[in-house]
Amino acid sequence: MEARDITTSSRLAGEPPLRRLEAPSRRYGEKLIQGLLGLCAAISVAVTTGIVISLIEPSLGFFEQVPIGDFLFGTDWTPSFQPQSFGVLPIVVGTLSVTLWGLLFAIPIGLAAAIYLSEYASPRVRKLLKPTLEVLAGIPTVAFGFFAFAFVTPFLQDIWPGFLGQGPNIFNALAAGLAIGLLIVPIIASISEDAMSAVPHGLREGAYALGASRMRVSLRVVFPAALSGIVASIVLGVSRAVGETMVVLMAAGNNPQLTLNPVEQIQAMTAYIGTTATGDIGTGTIEYDTIFAVGLLLFVLTMLMNLVSIRLVRRYREIYE
Amino acid sequence: MRLGSERTRLAVAGARSVTTADLGNQPRGDVVRGRIFWALLLLAISIALLGLAVLLIDVLIDGSERFGPGLFTDQVSGIPENGGFQTAIIGSLWVIGGVILFSVPIGVGAALYLEEYANRERWWNRLVELNIQNLAAVPSIVYGILGLAFIVRGPLDLGFVALAASLTLTLLILPTIIIAAREAIRAVPPSIREGSLALGATRWETTRLQVLPAAIPGILTGVILAVSRAFGEAAPVLLLGATTFITANTTNPFEDSYTVLPVQIFNYFGRAQDEWLQLAAAGILVMLILVLAMNSVAIWLRNRYEQRW
Repeated sequence: MEARDITTSSRLAGEPPLRRLEAPSRRYGEKLIQGLLGLCAAISVAVTTGIVISLIEPSLGFFEQVPIGDFLFGTDWTPSFQPQSFGVLPIVVGTLSVTLWGLLFAIPIGLAAAIYLSEYASPRVRKLLKPTLEVLAGIPTVAFGFFAFAFVTPFLQDIWPGFLGQGPNIFNALAAGLAIGLLIVPIIASISEDAMSAVPHGLREGAYALGASRMRVSLRVVFPAALSGIVASIVLGVSRAVGETMVVLMAAGNNPQLTLNPVEQIQAMTAYIGTTATGDIGTGTIEYDTIFAVGLLLFVLTMLMNLVSIRLVRRYREIYE
Repeated sequence: MRLGSERTRLAVAGARSVTTADLGNQPRGDVVRGRIFWALLLLAISIALLGLAVLLIDVLIDGSERFGPGLFTDQVSGIPENGGFQTAIIGSLWVIGGVILFSVPIGVGAALYLEEYANRERWWNRLVELNIQNLAAVPSIVYGILGLAFIVRGPLDLGFVALAASLTLTLLILPTIIIAAREAIRAVPPSIREGSLALGATRWETTRLQVLPAAIPGILTGVILAVSRAFGEAAPVLLLGATTFITANTTNPFEDSYTVLPVQIFNYFGRAQDEWLQLAAAGILVMLILVLAMNSVAIWLRNRYEQRW
């Protein structure tokens, strides 16, 4: 507004009329497009709202019949046969057990692979390995489930040392956990490597100039500097492991047991949802509503983890030029 | 003169030998530890690659028995020798076609809004951003529940049809596409926008003619990776009626029942005898070939057209 005032008032007689700088029309099209694009972004909020509503509404019906305390702390999970019991702990522990074995495998391997790729590998090796890992990260989870059942379990049964007692069941938490671990190694390795490569070279050179060895530079300089990205990669790996359905469905079994014993058959939360939803259970029954209650618990768990991760990432982020 | 230069030479040589001796003289423990550390790193990455290689080889061995044109021409059957994946492959094509149709415009639109238009000071824009980060971590089976409650039943009430699966999988991969597209758009340097705006282009003209073309390779990589994920995803579709036993190919995505490749594989797998397992492995092989080919193209695209401004 002010700009126009200046141009009009400072016009001297005899000069050609100045061209106005504003657009000749109000540009409704521009506004429309901005609105449409904003709508696309708003869909994501609608999706979250939809998820919350679709989970909470049937869950409320469920919790009218089952006290929430019995659900969260009960240790018997027999929703589909008499006597019905809705203690969710066995399938929560099942999920945790599988996640634990997966992470025990994936975190050391994934981080070591990331350090190797970022600090040790020659540019040629890295140019080959990084894309390979990224391509392999896209292997469908059905393939991992098949692999866990048809290869990992028989392999574990073969090499199981006698002094550890009973060997693995045909369905067991360990094989599923290891397969999930293998599934999240590329995720952890790839994201952590990105974070480590982003650490400025000056830091490394400074440490080398002070006489630090390569191992020391990797562990004491690069690793802490990249911590926020590393934490993010691990949390993403954990939520993938907790939410993974096909592998536990195919290799860990469908027998809810409150145990952390890796060779036993268990049932994970996702596997319960998958099996029950594909079975022939009528809508409106309490078994049917159980799916939503378990889904809600799963959603809340992953949501909390992710919020914590976003916090941690902000807290540990080191900003370099 | 001669004497002086001789002295300098000696002094330099002496200083050099002292320095190199000092620097090269790392403590023995450090050297050994460094070697062990290096070996452990190498071991770790070998285990990762070996594990994934064994997976591929295992599927290859189990599946090669049944791998052949029959997989594409035979339909679902009760006898393992006659079973194939034709219905499932056609179902997957319908579903994925829908996913591409819905997810690309919405995903890219949302990314453009967040990068080019949104004012980060406003709370609603920050909410959208946080929300997308959160959605990316929601387990896929929860999207299945959403699809069941809102798309198959509830407000949209589409029933167990391919379109419902397309819509659900679209919602599942939207956050991935948005995040990848935003990164690609952010990589376009501001000077390009400023140049365009300075020449009198409007915001949308700048976005459409300058920013978008420059960001296309990165966006495409994200889209391909996300779509290949949707193609291999079985868990949410389990809840959307894809497990129905069907014998006819899906011809109408709005009405016919359907199944998709990963679910059909799971179905054959569940029948437990060795013949069925081999058939399942052959199906996995088909899926792996398709998915790995798509992902390779995506990664190649990114590495080929990655621009450093």
